[in-house]
This record gives sequence, structure tokens and C-alpha cells, in this order.
Amino acid sequence: MQQIFNFLIRNKNSILFLILLAVSIFLTVQNHAFQKSRFISSANFVSGGIYSWSNNINTYLHLDEYNERLLEENNKLRNIISNINDSITINKQLDSTSFEGDYLFRTARVINNNFAKIDNYLTLNRGANSGIKPEYGVITSKGIVGIVDRVNDEYSRVISILNSRSRINAQLSNTNHFGSLVWDGKDPNIVQLIDVPRQAPLKKGDTIITGGRSLIFPKGLPIGSIEDFSLDQTQSYYTINIKLFNDMTNIGYVYVIENVNKEAVEKLQETPNE
Amino acid sequence: MNSKLLSNITRFIILVFLQVLILNNINFAGYINPYLYVLFILLYPFSGNQSLFLFLSFLLGISIDIFEDSGGINAAACLVAAFVRPNLLRFSFGISYDHQNIRLAHTPFGAKLSYIFLMVLIHHFVLFSLEMFSLNHIILILKKTLFSSIFTIILILLSLTLFSKKYR
Repeated sequence: MQQIFNFLIRNKNSILFLILLAVSIFLTVQNHAFQKSRFISSANFVSGGIYSWSNNINTYLHLDEYNERLLEENNKLRNIISNINDSITINKQLDSTSFEGDYLFRTARVINNNFAKIDNYLTLNRGANSGIKPEYGVITSKGIVGIVDRVNDEYSRVISILNSRSRINAQLSNTNHFGSLVWDGKDPNIVQLIDVPRQAPLKKGDTIITGGRSLIFPKGLPIGSIEDFSLDQTQSYYTINIKLFNDMTNIGYVYVIENVNKEAVEKLQETPNE
Repeated sequence: MNSKLLSNITRFIILVFLQVLILNNINFAGYINPYLYVLFILLYPFSGNQSLFLFLSFLLGISIDIFEDSGGINAAACLVAAFVRPNLLRFSFGISYDHQNIRLAHTPFGAKLSYIFLMVLIHHFVLFSLEMFSLNHIILILKKTLFSSIFTIILILLSLTLFSKKYR
């Protein structure tokens, strides 16, 4: 017994080192293995608060740019509204206080954004108190940003599309051939669309939009345009490099999308076959 | 002793804030960021309690990890750097380390540079290996390690020169 104690005391530094190393490796593996790392994320009281404080200062420097983006978007929306012939539906939509569509949009501000790593996350300044829940989609006026994965009362964390674990259903805008949107970790402006069947007619510059197959994003949101494409090893699927419409390195305000019918659809899909 | 403790605590806090609020957003050439917070591990008193030192390094890394959403990669990298520090000190400064009477500001430049260089390289290599977590990206790991190390070392040398008067 005495010898065991002596051994422990003599090697206390190495033992401490090994224990702490095991803890950090465990956290790393957990962060790599699951979509949700349970213990540590920036969506907590302390780091969320500090990021939000520093972002409050930072936002003032970009006000011009945000205004311009808003003008652009308003312009687009006005064009759409004024071109709808059926004025009754517009008035009905504008008048009604209750929302009757399939998707509900909320605004939020990005208070932390990274894009230089392999697995990137964003932090938003809205959380469960504002009705945000995990698995809601996040977009800007120009394109998609990611999917919410962790939420606390005040803040939420978003898995960016620039994350090696992000897989989002996307398709060509002119045909219905679809694939999965992934990122190879190299260029924050270029993402990859994989598993597109060989039969799909591809042309440089074609637009890629979200497919309606997931319950997270509505169909038809713009993502980017085709930069180049090649066949993968099996020679039967295309891997397409896509240039994002969105500048992922410069995101100010975002919309968080809630699919109102999600629970109903999921319930239907879970019903066992009889 | 008390002023030493205080200066270490202040350094810890300032370096964490500097890292997460400013340095992590540099992204020079797309992916090169300096990790200046290693400075805490480099400057921690050489004669201090080794167990406490290991624990503080772990704490430093995990604080950065919480902000960066990166699991435990910074914690592991800091821990490894802290664990090998005595060996590197002996390697770089030779016999004078064992007398425990050296200060980083008073050492010859060559010895100082080799100490900083090796520490930063080890820290960055562990950091990026764990970040990628796959051997397929070995070239990217080495590339990131090299470029970020150069950036970090330059910043460390600059800040050591800038603040050297204060620690005399």
C-alpha cells in the first residue's frame, strides 16, 4: 500500500497530465462524433454574453452595408408584390395578423462566425426565449447559412454549411436532380454538391437551390452557381463545386426558419406500416 | 510572490480575450490565425508548481475551446505543450535551467528562439491534428502548422520585445 502511494506521489504530474489529456481527447472525439457536443459550446451565458457585447460594437462599423443589403432585399420583395395580379390575396396577406403559411421566419443577429476551421459554427443572439429550437434552418437574403443545433435561453449555435458534418439536400434549379451539399474544408466560398446522378445536364453557371426533401429548408432557396464539375471514382455520380451567393465570411443579420408542419409530417412518417 | 500571481492571472485573462475577440478573426490568407495565448505557457514561472501549471494550461485551453466551439483541441494542445516544457527548457537553456535562476528576457536570443519555436510547433501540431482528426488531411495539417507557427512566433517575439521592460 505504501508503495502504491509512493508511486502515485512520485508520478503525480504524469498522472494528472494523462487524466486531463483523456478529458480533452474525450471532448474532442465527442465533438467530432455527434452532431451535438453536450458539455461545451459557445451558446452559454458567459461566452454568449461576451460575444454579444463585442458584436454590439462591431455592428456599428457595418451599418452602411447592412442598410444596402436591406434596400436590395426590399426592392426585390416590392418587385414581387407589385407583379402579383391578384390584389385580393395581397390585401388579405397584408391585413391578416395570423400567419397561415408553412414556414415562419424570425430574425437574428450573428454574434460569432468562424470559417477558417474544418468544423465551423456560428452563434446567434436569439435563443429559446425567442422561440428558436434545434433543427431550424438559418438563411440570409442571398442564400443559406446553416442549421441550428444547440439552444439555450438567450443564444443559439448554428452548424455552418462550412462544416465537415453538415449535409444539406440541394438540387439543380432547372431539373429535379438532387444531391447532398458538403464542404471539403478548403475555400470558404466554394462548397461541394455530391451524389448527383450522371444523367443530370450540367452547365457552368447553373444555379443550385435547396431541395424540398428535408423538413428544414423550404424548396427553392438559392445557394450558389456551378463553378466546375467532375465525375467521382465510381464514374456514375458528379461532384460539383459550387460558388456560394452568400459571402460566408461576412454575415450580419439572418433569418431563422421554422417549418410549422414539421411535427405533423414527422408523425406521419413515423407511423409504422401495417 | 503575490505580484507574480497577480500578473499571471491578468496575463491569462487578457490573452484569452485577445485570442477570442481579435486574433481568431484575422484569418490571414483564408485560414492562418496566430495563437498568441501560448505565451502564457511560455512565460509561466519556471520554478512554479508543475501540477498547478498543468492544470492552468488545461484551463487556458478549455476557455479558448468554449469560445471556439472546438471540443477539447486547444486544451489537449496546451496540456501537451505544458507537459514537455521542462524537457524543452533543459534542451534550450542547458544547465542554467536546473539552477532555476533564468528569466526569459535575459537569455541569449538563440536559446530563446529555439525554446519558443519548439513549444509553438508542438502546440500547433497537436492542435491542428486534433482539429482535422484524420490522416487524409496530413498535408493540410502540416501546412497550417507551419504557417500559423510562423505567424505566432513573430507575434510572440514582438510582444516579448514590447513588454520586456515591465517584467524586469
